[in-house]
Amino acid sequence: MSAPAGWEAVIGLEVHCELRTATKLFCGCRNEFGAEPNTHVCPVCLGLPGSLPVLSTAAVELAMRIGLALHCEVRPSVFHRKNYFYPDMPKDYQVSQYDEPINVAGYLDLPDGSRVGVERAHIEEDTGKTSHVGDTGRIHGAGYALVDYNRAGVPLVEIVSEPGITSATQARLYASELRAILVASGASDGRMEEGSMRVDANVSVRRVGDLELGTRCEVKNLNSLRSLSRAVDHEIGRQVAIVEGGGRVEQQTRHWDEDRGCTVTLRSKEEAYDYRYFPEPDLVPLAPDAAWVEDVRSSLGPMPADRRRAVVALFGAGGASDARADQVATVVELGLDHLVVAAAGAGIEPALALARTANEAAADAAAAREVDPAAYTALLQMEQRQELSATQAKAVLAELVTGGGAPVEIARRMGFEALAAGSLAEVVAAVVAEHPGEWERFCGGEAKLAGFFTGHVMRRTEGKANGKAVAAELAKLQG
Amino acid sequence: MTVGLTPDRAEASAGGAEPLSARALADAVRRGERRASEVVEEHLAAIEAVDGELGCFLTVTADGARRRAAEIDAEVAAGRDPGPLAGVPVAVKDNLCTTGVATTCASRILEGWRPPYDATVVARLAEAGAVMVGKTNLDEFAMGSSTENSAFGPTRNPHDPSRVPGGSSGGSAAAVAAGLAPLALGSDTGGSIRQPAALCGVVGMKPTYGTVSRYGLIAFASSLDQVGPVARSVADAAALFDVIAGHDPRDSTSLVDVPPACGPAVGAGVQGLRVGLVTELTDAQGVDADVRSRVAEAADALAVAGATVDSVSIPELRFALPAYYLLAPAEASSNLSRYDGVRYGLRVDGDDVADMNARTRAAGFGPEVKRRILLGTYALSAGYYDAYYAQAQRVRTVIIQAFARAYERFDVLLAATTPGTAFRLGEKIDDPLAMYLSDVCTIPTNLAGHPAISVPFGTDSAGLPVGVQILAPALGEPVMVAAAAVLERAAPSTPVPRVAAPTLATAGMPAVGGAR
Ligand SMILES: [Zn+2]
Repeated sequence: MSAPAGWEAVIGLEVHCELRTATKLFCGCRNEFGAEPNTHVCPVCLGLPGSLPVLSTAAVELAMRIGLALHCEVRPSVFHRKNYFYPDMPKDYQVSQYDEPINVAGYLDLPDGSRVGVERAHIEEDTGKTSHVGDTGRIHGAGYALVDYNRAGVPLVEIVSEPGITSATQARLYASELRAILVASGASDGRMEEGSMRVDANVSVRRVGDLELGTRCEVKNLNSLRSLSRAVDHEIGRQVAIVEGGGRVEQQTRHWDEDRGCTVTLRSKEEAYDYRYFPEPDLVPLAPDAAWVEDVRSSLGPMPADRRRAVVALFGAGGASDARADQVATVVELGLDHLVVAAAGAGIEPALALARTANEAAADAAAAREVDPAAYTALLQMEQRQELSATQAKAVLAELVTGGGAPVEIARRMGFEALAAGSLAEVVAAVVAEHPGEWERFCGGEAKLAGFFTGHVMRRTEGKANGKAVAAELAKLQG
Repeated sequence: MTVGLTPDRAEASAGGAEPLSARALADAVRRGERRASEVVEEHLAAIEAVDGELGCFLTVTADGARRRAAEIDAEVAAGRDPGPLAGVPVAVKDNLCTTGVATTCASRILEGWRPPYDATVVARLAEAGAVMVGKTNLDEFAMGSSTENSAFGPTRNPHDPSRVPGGSSGGSAAAVAAGLAPLALGSDTGGSIRQPAALCGVVGMKPTYGTVSRYGLIAFASSLDQVGPVARSVADAAALFDVIAGHDPRDSTSLVDVPPACGPAVGAGVQGLRVGLVTELTDAQGVDADVRSRVAEAADALAVAGATVDSVSIPELRFALPAYYLLAPAEASSNLSRYDGVRYGLRVDGDDVADMNARTRAAGFGPEVKRRILLGTYALSAGYYDAYYAQAQRVRTVIIQAFARAYERFDVLLAATTPGTAFRLGEKIDDPLAMYLSDVCTIPTNLAGHPAISVPFGTDSAGLPVGVQILAPALGEPVMVAAAAVLERAAPSTPVPRVAAPTLATAGMPAVGGAR
């Protein structure tokens, strides 16, 4: 959806992504989701007096991967302390990058052809997690709170887009494309539901043609792509209604209430923190040398946009039709595009390879990613040679994805032994000979009788015959 | 790292190694001539006898010390070498983390907290065979120059218990001066080792920033803090430095290169050394006439020993004190945020988390700590950052450049350590600015990250110890201790402290002096 007529939305997204390192950003504790509370902690990530941070090289490398995948410039950078009191934060300051971030000035190409600028992608540490314990289940009225510091010090990269997004749809597309890049670069698992990718949206509105930006609000607590697009839509509507009603939008941080489907005030501008940023004296400036940057760059595989282009290119000069664009996006997002490319390279019709992958293999993408591309191609060859019907091919594919193995073997095990072309011709000829009247009418132009003959052939072959192959035999007999 | 096992030649010529020196004790223990247990008992008895009056220690770790001493004796009996500081009692400033032993920073807010880990320097001491006898008093969170800012009561100067020992490492300096331990660890952010060493008549050394690990040192101002030795002789201080110095992968600001060993340099002398007498740190307004005279005599002594001494003016140093009092509080305001009542130490309950934080901090911090948190918070606030914090950082750069120019002409610099000698308890406690001026001669080296050492050099007219300071460029510790040792040998004798261990009193002399 886009803004109401006469209005335009200006949206920027801040995406926090947890890096998939083995250890935390500044200590050797394990970076693992879902462990018993406060089991992955040490003096450093608990911020005990006297402890000091030591920067994880692995985290820096993953941050560079993200930056390079987003076409950013990797620069010498400095860590700062962001000071504010919060019980989740063991030191009561967060170590982050401020005015000298590691990645700057990149961009992200979306599947719809638009490009969104990426202002920066910087490294920072995550906080712990508080759970309020009490009768109401809400912060107010909670009897007490428990804090789990397992997540404290987990490495994050915050990716800040330029305010160049204009609709909820585009915002959602940006977030999903970014997630695909985070996964493809190996930097993150991109799981929004586990909080390993978290999105905040800065939204403002202005009348079409206005150059001046409206007052923006930051919307937090967007835990899914669906929440993101709903919240942005709601916020655009809310702000337009305020201005059209003669009011002024107040600069606020707002909370998305998923159940009520609206945003509510979290804090106003006056309540905003003064973070008193200053350079973190316990860390030295970070200056990855050119060789390291180039190493990381060359180890990056192709990104989703490149991979979509590669799949589209299989369809030749005309490219894939719009109808197939969704299938292309799906196989790339699910990391199955290599199967399409491998099959097409071995002579499979690109349309067949894409359809089977986007529809059938996609049903269990995690398992399908593990399938041997050669076996996958062999299966599609059997279908293309009409040794298997479409229905049979889908059944074998499901088996191949879950259990692996050779498609020929799977087909035999499932009783899909294809009829040899010669024996099919014999069966068709026999059926034709047994029904001379129908055959005469068929040859006289009653095309619907093809179904009659096919049905008989199927019955006689116990369904093993391929419909297309039967049609071909009938055509042959017609001369 | 090894240290000389035999008394160095300089000391021998000056009448033999002081029998209570750390090196002599370690030497005797390693040879099996003395038992560590006996050495430790002697010092525990001295603490028992006089620390009630001095208040050097916040915690005496008698049981742990006895256990450790027995282990060392067993090692020696088994033919193993327990290390260069075998059996030497060491007092540790109570802002260094010690496993299972209360570590308070002399603050109510950390009362009762027992760290689950050892500071790297504490671990290195143990590896070298040293025995920790206790944790020493300090100004709360090392903020102060008199040790009066301790939440647990002041430490008194062994030379005159009505006077302060200086600070913030006042407990460590007084303990060493009184013979309660031959060695102590202090920390120096703006002079906190050298100033109390000067006021107590002992040697105090601030190493080059990054040579000694800060891991486990509870931070005051991270970019300035450095752990260093307090001892009764330059050679002992050098021996302790050699044990605690070295790269630590747990401190990102720790230098990777191994710092040069100081022990072997102690007797090197100053022949041909170019010494600059820093006008701004000697003749500055507020420096006592007695102190100025001692510094002039020290300059003469270096010249007599073969150095060339010239005056040098470094006018930029006048900006060091104001810059320091923006930078150090700014870092402190952030470093001390974590004392919020959530995880450890004091908690005063409140209506909600913010109220609990506020009440805890109001009750847990003393007035000087609060003053610096406020100063630092202000210096970092939106709209003031450039005028204060950023400007102070620029001053810091200017001071580093000014020192660099001076070190083109001089190998080391000579200066007063403090403008005056030990003042009376209560004399400056209500005048923070007067108190801050106590560190005017020591602060510049912290801003530059350079090493400096204070050596006792005679007394004022009232018989109170005076300290003079040798400053050196980064990693210049060897040449610095060589010059300091020359001053130590040339120094007029320093009186035995009025309140001291019986052993020290009967030995007749602390380490310094005696060469007259
Ligand atoms: Zn940890």
